[in-house]
Amino acid sequence: MKPSRLTLCGNWFLDRFPMAKVWNEHMTHYYAPKNFNTWYFFGSLALLVLVIQIVTGILLTMNYKPDAKLAFDSVEYIMREVPWGWLVRYMHSTGASAFFIVVYLHMFRGLMYGSFKHPRELIWIFGMCIFVALMAEAFMGYLLPWGQMSYWGAQVIISLFSAIPVIGDDLSLWIRGDYVVSDATLNRFFAFHVIAVPLALVMLVFLHIVALHEVGSNNPDGVEIKKIKDAKGVPLDGIAFHPYYTVKDIVGVAVFLIFFSTVIFYMPEMNGFFLEHANFIPADPMKTPEHIAPVWYFTPFYAILRAIPDKFAGVIAMFGAIIVLFMLPWLDRGPVKSIRYRGGIYKKALVLFVISFLVLGYLGTQPATPAAVIIARIFTAIYFGFFLLMPIYTRWEITKPVPVRVASQAGMKECVAELKQAFDEITTVVTPATGSNGQAGSKRGLSIKGIVNVITRFAKKLKASLD
Amino acid sequence: MNNKGVDKSKRQFLTSALTVVGAVGTGYIAVPFLAQMQPSVKAKAAGAPVEVDISKMEPGQLLRVAWRGKPVWILNRTPDVIATLGTLDTELRDPASEESVQPASAKNPLRSLKPELFVAVGICTHLGCSPTFRPEIAPADLGEKWKGGFFCPCHGSWFDLAGRVYRGVPAPTNLEIPPYRYVSDTQLVIGELAKEASA
Repeated sequence: MKPSRLTLCGNWFLDRFPMAKVWNEHMTHYYAPKNFNTWYFFGSLALLVLVIQIVTGILLTMNYKPDAKLAFDSVEYIMREVPWGWLVRYMHSTGASAFFIVVYLHMFRGLMYGSFKHPRELIWIFGMCIFVALMAEAFMGYLLPWGQMSYWGAQVIISLFSAIPVIGDDLSLWIRGDYVVSDATLNRFFAFHVIAVPLALVMLVFLHIVALHEVGSNNPDGVEIKKIKDAKGVPLDGIAFHPYYTVKDIVGVAVFLIFFSTVIFYMPEMNGFFLEHANFIPADPMKTPEHIAPVWYFTPFYAILRAIPDKFAGVIAMFGAIIVLFMLPWLDRGPVKSIRYRGGIYKKALVLFVISFLVLGYLGTQPATPAAVIIARIFTAIYFGFFLLMPIYTRWEITKPVPVRVASQAGMKECVAELKQAFDEITTVVTPATGSNGQAGSKRGLSIKGIVNVITRFAKKLKASLD
Repeated sequence: MNNKGVDKSKRQFLTSALTVVGAVGTGYIAVPFLAQMQPSVKAKAAGAPVEVDISKMEPGQLLRVAWRGKPVWILNRTPDVIATLGTLDTELRDPASEESVQPASAKNPLRSLKPELFVAVGICTHLGCSPTFRPEIAPADLGEKWKGGFFCPCHGSWFDLAGRVYRGVPAPTNLEIPPYRYVSDTQLVIGELAKEASA
């Protein structure tokens, strides 16, 4: 049979471009561990949000005016008069928060399963660079609507740089391009937000993935699957990324989009967390809003800044809270990657760290009352303690033996059976003495003893899992 | 043809020379690229002095004017306020304004040219918010110790009505006093010092 014209065209292309090679290397012949769990959705979801942000961002620039006199009105114009403008804008503003939710969960996954440890240190470093670029992107994007919070938020954050001795004042002047946050600042932030930082982000994401595919993915067991391969050189515990994980990730995308659309259509401002109320007032350089707070994803770092009573030290602590994350692969001296086999001390430290991150995040949204400042200081100490004491406490860890191959985990079936058993235990069947209509009816009632049993069993399990 | 093999040292010299020339070139082009982000001529010109008519100011009144895009406050202080200001020194971080920014002519306890008229840049020296004017004494939200002053809502810094910062708040120094001069008793110019003071 003669090859079809389409095949010939395809071959012409493939003879001149290594597409098949790249596809094979990174999709059909890239072997990922077979035991990925829910936590492994967030990498591909971050990529999805990046695409959403780029597409909606391009659409927004078509109607947005980066001019201090026009910016606020042009955003309102997009919201009210551009066809579907409200949808595109809400997708972009919600996408910013979604990006941070997904990235924070992605980073937490790394902390749990030791994905930052040898040999994946460079992946972690690239990932942290993405995180920093993302923060810069979000901060500069927030100035663009030119509302009160945009203006004063930028004023405060740029003033942080003036705390640096000697060069500080000149540096903040250079960043603003004016003596105050003004049209010049807005215009350059627009340039950074739509060109410079997205370019850097896309390049960093590329590097992150290339580095990942060089050493291979980690997994919930922290086992190196490349150590045991079959005759063809395929890891025994690996499955091809395509079609197995592409299909799995589509499920993650669908679930994510349900939440994402719910926010966009029903709560786009998220009660002032995604879009702050004060930002619906145009920027007024003469008056600061009564209470200024950054958007939620910056609040843990903002709380650290406010916890320190000295201006320069506060700025150092805030930047230090991010820099310390870069050093994580070298701070952790534990020999085991996954939390499943790590010692109790690391598990407890991680729990404390998550609590301190959440509490700091909450405090950052609240006014700095004296009591709040003291609580913020305690949790700032815990935040830094988690990292800076790590070289010490990870040495004391009593780890469990790590299996050679990935372990099988309780699946949905076992979970359902366990839940059913617990349900049976807390409820007792009450049979009425005589059915009024002669039918043998039975009702379920709560059993105090059963509840106590289930709770103690749960607590014992929790304690055992933390040891 | 040269059959003595490769002269590595020549190759090394050329590589180094090219690297140095390239680095110098990059340095040269970096100057205009970075410097174009400095304030433009127009932005610098916008720092022109502002004239303010103070003839209609009531005692206790605060006037806000924009100078270089920043809020500048002009406050008409009553004798009561001036008397209170003299009693605060122990609670202040820099009562004599040693570490703060002001023209030499305003480096006095009341931080002004004339005691009753106070002029300051209304930008907190901590992180650049604009503090709120709270002239009342001991309001419910600020507590008993509040003697009237400026309160920064962003990070809770306290300033008295001479712009002097209290102890134990995040702001490091007193509010900045801009250069200003009296044209007449009812006319101020902000952004310019009097001739003899600037000399």
